[in-house]
Amino acid sequence: MKQEQSSNLLEQEINTQLNIYIMKKVFKSIFATSAIIALFASCGGPSGSNKGALSGNAAEKVYVAPGEHDSHYAFISGGFSGQLSVYGLPSGRLFRVIPVFSQDPEKGYGYNEETKPMLMTSHGFIPWGDSHHPDISQTEGTLDGRWVFINENNTPRIARISLKTFETEEIIEIPNSAGNHSSSYVTENSEYVVAGTRFAIPFPQRDMPINEMKGNFKGALSFLSIDQETGHMDIAWQIKMPGFDYDKCHPGRGASSDWFFFTTYNTEESHTLMEVNASQNDKDFIAAINWKKIEEYVANGGGTKTPAKYAHNNWDDDTHTATTTWENEVLVVDPTEIPGAFYFLPTAKSPHGCDVDPTGEYIVGSGKLAAAMTIHSFSKMIKAIENKSFDGDAYGIPIIQFEAVNYGMLTQPGLGPLHTEFDSRGNAYTTFFISSEVVKWNIKDLKIIDRHPVYYSVGHLMIPGGNSRTPDDKYMVAMNKITKDRYLPTGPEVCQSAQLFDISGEKMELLLDFPTIGEPHYAAGIAADKIEANTTKIYRLADNKHPYAVKSEAETKVVRKGNEVHIYMSMIRSHFSPDNIEGVKVGDKVFFHVTNLEQDYDVPHGISMIGANTSELLIMPGRTSTFTWNPKQVGVWPFYCTDFCSALHQEMQGYVRVSPKGSSVPITYTLDDEVPGTEEEF
Amino acid sequence: MKIIILSLVTITALFFTSCGGEKSIESQQAEDTIKENVDEVIPEKTSETSDEMTNKGIGPISSIELGEIDDALAMTGRELFKINCTACHKFGKRYIGPALAGLTDRRSPEWIMNMILNPDVMVVEDPIAKALLEEYSSPMANQQLTEDEARAIFEFIRTRN
Ligand code: HEC
Ligand SMILES: [Cu+2]
Repeated sequence: MKQEQSSNLLEQEINTQLNIYIMKKVFKSIFATSAIIALFASCGGPSGSNKGALSGNAAEKVYVAPGEHDSHYAFISGGFSGQLSVYGLPSGRLFRVIPVFSQDPEKGYGYNEETKPMLMTSHGFIPWGDSHHPDISQTEGTLDGRWVFINENNTPRIARISLKTFETEEIIEIPNSAGNHSSSYVTENSEYVVAGTRFAIPFPQRDMPINEMKGNFKGALSFLSIDQETGHMDIAWQIKMPGFDYDKCHPGRGASSDWFFFTTYNTEESHTLMEVNASQNDKDFIAAINWKKIEEYVANGGGTKTPAKYAHNNWDDDTHTATTTWENEVLVVDPTEIPGAFYFLPTAKSPHGCDVDPTGEYIVGSGKLAAAMTIHSFSKMIKAIENKSFDGDAYGIPIIQFEAVNYGMLTQPGLGPLHTEFDSRGNAYTTFFISSEVVKWNIKDLKIIDRHPVYYSVGHLMIPGGNSRTPDDKYMVAMNKITKDRYLPTGPEVCQSAQLFDISGEKMELLLDFPTIGEPHYAAGIAADKIEANTTKIYRLADNKHPYAVKSEAETKVVRKGNEVHIYMSMIRSHFSPDNIEGVKVGDKVFFHVTNLEQDYDVPHGISMIGANTSELLIMPGRTSTFTWNPKQVGVWPFYCTDFCSALHQEMQGYVRVSPKGSSVPITYTLDDEVPGTEEEF
Repeated sequence: MKIIILSLVTITALFFTSCGGEKSIESQQAEDTIKENVDEVIPEKTSETSDEMTNKGIGPISSIELGEIDDALAMTGRELFKINCTACHKFGKRYIGPALAGLTDRRSPEWIMNMILNPDVMVVEDPIAKALLEEYSSPMANQQLTEDEARAIFEFIRTRN
């Protein structure tokens, strides 16, 4: 924020306006606030004041003057929208919704011919997904801004999104997995992105009685290798773990960077009424897995190639077209065959978050149903392994004695801990779903420093870099599942939201509420300067290798192939070429292959055709995109540009004449009553 | 912008009056004037021409030495022109932008180069370009060309002027 630059006069005016606004708000919210405080006080929860926008100071901290840029990007998952949203911090302004796992008619994603293959799976074309945990690629434990990965929970998939183009470049399906939830976290140098199953299932799938689950179902934890040049993912191996539920995971860092930690629940292996039956054990496990050892084992020929059919969808930036490759096997690793690579760390009741502090020494398990939070010590774990301080095993995996690995417990922290992130000063910040608060505590001395209510029922939180070696200490975003009275009501369905805190001081300061798309499950944040300068502005027309691209109006044409009609069309401010097309017949399948000839920043054009059963196309400068149209009615049908592109945008339109089936009207196409490209000289 | 929008409204209104049924005299006249504008082929040299020729425009190019036409460079320029410019310009007639015939007689080489490389600023700050935008409504596109590419295009334009 470069707000200091604005003139004093302007600042004064802004402040006055803000003050008036704030005053109004104060009065309006006094009743609500006291009601909330009363609520918390009455149920014995934490009390705290709903300050935030009440202080002019907070308003200044989130004010990004018109034309100024935010200091951070926040990538917030869209949950059941299936997408990934891009916000600015501290303003909380939404910049873009990146389509990932769901069709998006606004951008033609999943509707145009080029992107349809992105949504292909072994179950066929799936138009929707449930996106959960974005994680930014790292180099030496620091966010590097190359890619963001995100998992799809329902039809297990991992996507990779380019932070140059902010587009989904790859989606890979995860076989033998169900409820792909302990995903998509990357190792310190982005060697692997990890995808763990939440639900145990038969591995491989087979027809069997559900109540014979125990001992027969398994949990697949997959490690996907990442090509450092291209980002391409491949399932390097899949670990066949006992049939527990694997909820969340995190890589170690520094000394522990060879390890990955996964929380488990339903170690009871119950198959029904889980809310009771999966909550029997006082302790579940954090699984500690040495992935370097597995890498070595696999490099020496370990593991079993096992048949598995899954889709691997890749976006090619040159042809800007996606293709689906069918993979047919995975390398399966049996944990009992790699001694020294797998251990279980007993952890208080049904842990959700599994978070490793920036030093790599502390592993924090957030036991959703426990009175205290479990903090394990990595160095103690290594000693315990050396001393074989085990308490038996589970399916052949040694269980380390609780006392031998536990650093300590954070007692009475709040109700329903879910997730912890860190600052660079040795503090941890944990969300509590049931008591609706964020608690700041010191890791070393396990003392609570501050607690702040959130509105309401917080799930995850995010500190930019807060899951890396180098957290950024300025902001923390809490993502809430319930908003109730926080915004203007919009009928029974109201938004979910995020709340921004300033964490630079001793006390957390609530600065801002802002609504989110879908459910904001989880987020990743990064300083803007790590991304901003590398973003793509336009696609060079010269580099466009789309098979139906045109490089100039002279190349535009219409070609009939049986009952297929291919229109090679161009668009530029503010006309299409050709814009008069005849000879199309009822029953034809018409392909509009449209190239945007613009080479200037932020000049997309759109195109839509009356009666097309697809969506519009929104085409960036230098790109080609295709939609299909099956004309069903005779007549002269218009098409037009959907994106207001210039003062003559309303004139950006054309006509297609549709004749009856069997008509002899030949294919013709013109612009300004001339066939494009037939003029000798331009 | 207001002016543009207003005039769009008027034009649209005219189209509506002319829809279905006989053309009113007024709309016929309006159409004729529009036609006349379109038919006006090459901007006439005006008395200010000499002034205009000293205007170098605003942008990265402050001076160019012109020698004999370099045919190889012009050929390169021809290809670049085809891809980047023909969607909006023809030489012999007004299209989306002005006809480019006679261009080198009415604009300085530097102005032309700056118009190609820096049109966004030109149409806001340069008096000639500003007047052109007012007349054409559609903006001259910034095609993100390098100076070398623009220079090649300019060489090609010289061969056609
Ligand atoms: C999207 C349409 C478009 C494209 C593409 C385009 N121009 Fe233009 N051009 C215009 C318009 C319209 C004007 C009139 C000024 C305005 O409205 O901004 C113009 C003006 C000009 C002028 C000034 C003409 C005069 O009479 O003074 C020159 C020179 C020119 N363009 C050259 C080019 C060259 C060279 C290219 C290719 C690199 C090009 N233009 C690409 C639309 C375009
Ligand atoms: Cu348009």
